[in-house]
Amino acid sequence: MDFLIQVIWEGLVAGVLYALIALGFVLIFKASGVFNFAQGIMVVFAALTLVGSYDKMAAVGFKGFPAALVAVAIALGVMFVLAWLVERLVLRHLVNQPDIILFMATFGLTYFLIGFGEAVFGGDPKIMITQQLGLPTGSTEFRLPGLGPNGKDGLVLIQHIDVAATVIASLMIAGLAVFFQYTRIGRALRAVADSHKAALSVGITLNQIWVVVWFTAGIVALVTGIMWGARSDVSFGLSNIALKALPVLIVGGFTSVPGAIVGGLVIGIGEKLGELYLAPLLLGSTMGRGVESWVAFIIALGFVMARPQGLFGDKIIERI
Amino acid sequence: MFYRETGQFHTTYAADMAVFPIRQDRIGLAIILGVAAVAVPLLGSSFFVSSVMIPFLVYALAAIGLNILTGYTGLISLGTGAFMGVGAFACFKLTTAFPNVNIIVWILASGLFSAAIGMLFGLPSLRVKGFYLAVTTLAAQFFLQWCFIRIPWLYNDSSSGSIEVGRRTLFGVPITGAQASPQTRYLVLLGIVVLMTWVASNIVHGRIGRSWMAVRDMDIAAELMGIKLLRTKLTAFAVSSFYAGVAGACMMFLWYGGGEPNDIFNINQSFNILFMVILGGLGSLIGSFFGAAFISSLPTLFKFGLPAIGINIAGATAEHLTFMVVGALIVIFLIVEPHGLARLWQIAKEKLRLWPFPH
Repeated sequence: MDFLIQVIWEGLVAGVLYALIALGFVLIFKASGVFNFAQGIMVVFAALTLVGSYDKMAAVGFKGFPAALVAVAIALGVMFVLAWLVERLVLRHLVNQPDIILFMATFGLTYFLIGFGEAVFGGDPKIMITQQLGLPTGSTEFRLPGLGPNGKDGLVLIQHIDVAATVIASLMIAGLAVFFQYTRIGRALRAVADSHKAALSVGITLNQIWVVVWFTAGIVALVTGIMWGARSDVSFGLSNIALKALPVLIVGGFTSVPGAIVGGLVIGIGEKLGELYLAPLLLGSTMGRGVESWVAFIIALGFVMARPQGLFGDKIIERI
Repeated sequence: MFYRETGQFHTTYAADMAVFPIRQDRIGLAIILGVAAVAVPLLGSSFFVSSVMIPFLVYALAAIGLNILTGYTGLISLGTGAFMGVGAFACFKLTTAFPNVNIIVWILASGLFSAAIGMLFGLPSLRVKGFYLAVTTLAAQFFLQWCFIRIPWLYNDSSSGSIEVGRRTLFGVPITGAQASPQTRYLVLLGIVVLMTWVASNIVHGRIGRSWMAVRDMDIAAELMGIKLLRTKLTAFAVSSFYAGVAGACMMFLWYGGGEPNDIFNINQSFNILFMVILGGLGSLIGSFFGAAFISSLPTLFKFGLPAIGINIAGATAEHLTFMVVGALIVIFLIVEPHGLARLWQIAKEKLRLWPFPH
């Protein structure tokens, strides 16, 4: 029983991180209709910029929390420049193209960022500057009376960084909700999401909105990168994990922010439980590892067949 | 001056509808085939044949497969790598179970297995399209890749988890395994590719191919004209996966000569082939060859070509450069020339017909 709780907790934390990546997808999809495949690599790129610039400063003796803050500022600046360049060089020229063309253009963006990131920062994994950013690193054990095997006390281990990640993620989502609901730019973003043409006709500058949206997605990417990097390390392997955000989107619905969060939790818990129960069922207990890599996609497959719009997405009726 | 159809009259419908209606095109094709079949194995060094020509042909075959699905039918797939893996494993299991049957038969037959798997994972295409379909094909990619590692029966319980390619012969000449020379492997591969390209050309110019294109252009209109969507989309998946499977078997048996399938048939392979199709030209067979030639030769070009002209770069830098160039080119091509290299080729031919007079 305590093991089950532990597994569900781990799934929950993984789910929060999936939800964060998915959130980046949803933001861009809603505002520009672009399915941004590069969101995963943006996470890696943001985290790499952060760690890379911190390392550069540490090499000349500028260390600790202030240096980490400067590194965060640099990373944000780079994400802004990236957003501006993407709008300027890619999106602007692909207006009115079919969705699938824009989708494939983001593949190109992904590859470019992989090559560029590796050329600038090197391909080897880096350690996230967790302590310098003031994030907690320890862990606490909780005793759960009577829940362990044979009626003994159960133990659940909770990493502090996981709690911090959950709190920060919730804060950021709340902040985004406020930003979208109550600010001028937020209202403009929602207008663009509803209809490009109507938004243009009331005087909203689309190009500017796109930069804002991609920059917002960049901020989300940076936060995700910090949290994820703190759990493992910062490397390009992360971008493949980020593909898990796609099933999250299918489960939650492409157009819904709450959907991204619920979907993330469903997928996160689902794949941990899959590892626990499905793997022994399929292959016997000795070798049932690695089920994690596809359970999420199979769950998504089920949703695609039964409820293509996802849990919270807008139902688009389209004959196929 | 030399490339024009003046004086060539088509007197039958068949001649008018031919794939290569201009005589110069047919002569050019014959020359290319002649060079590929005679000059390359005779004059090319073993290095050139084994690390430029063989990868090019294998990728061309895989790109044709994906082009049938994405270019002709408009269904996007990110699972090509896994379908190629299915082909490689099917070929491996078949040739270890029946070693006496010729390996070429098994390479072609292994496509049937990946076709079956491809149809299975193509079923969601009847309900969804676009990004959703991309995700379901990703499911295929990750699930199959997991099977490649976790089901020991597939690799005959070998401890390394890799496929070992044994010695198989054709008329007493070894064509797979360590003794096979690059030239023989190349010739066998060339035969397979030419045969399958010919078949593909006939399929896409025929009734099936036209129904694929109708579905791509507008599925509702296609359905109203009496094209059965279920059958059309599933045949596209089947044929596409067949090609991918054969390409995978060729890759394992005629190119790598054994190895760990999980490293070879991963998600990056799927992307690689998708990029070949996009750069080469969606919905064009010759584009598949252009795209495959371009992307498969780019790493070699950077690694060996740049030092040759005096620019020294490290191997890692060359790899990063490849990524950046490919990524940037994808975006540039999608913006400037969405029909890819194939369209550039067409424009060049049009220009050539008028040359040297501008009008």
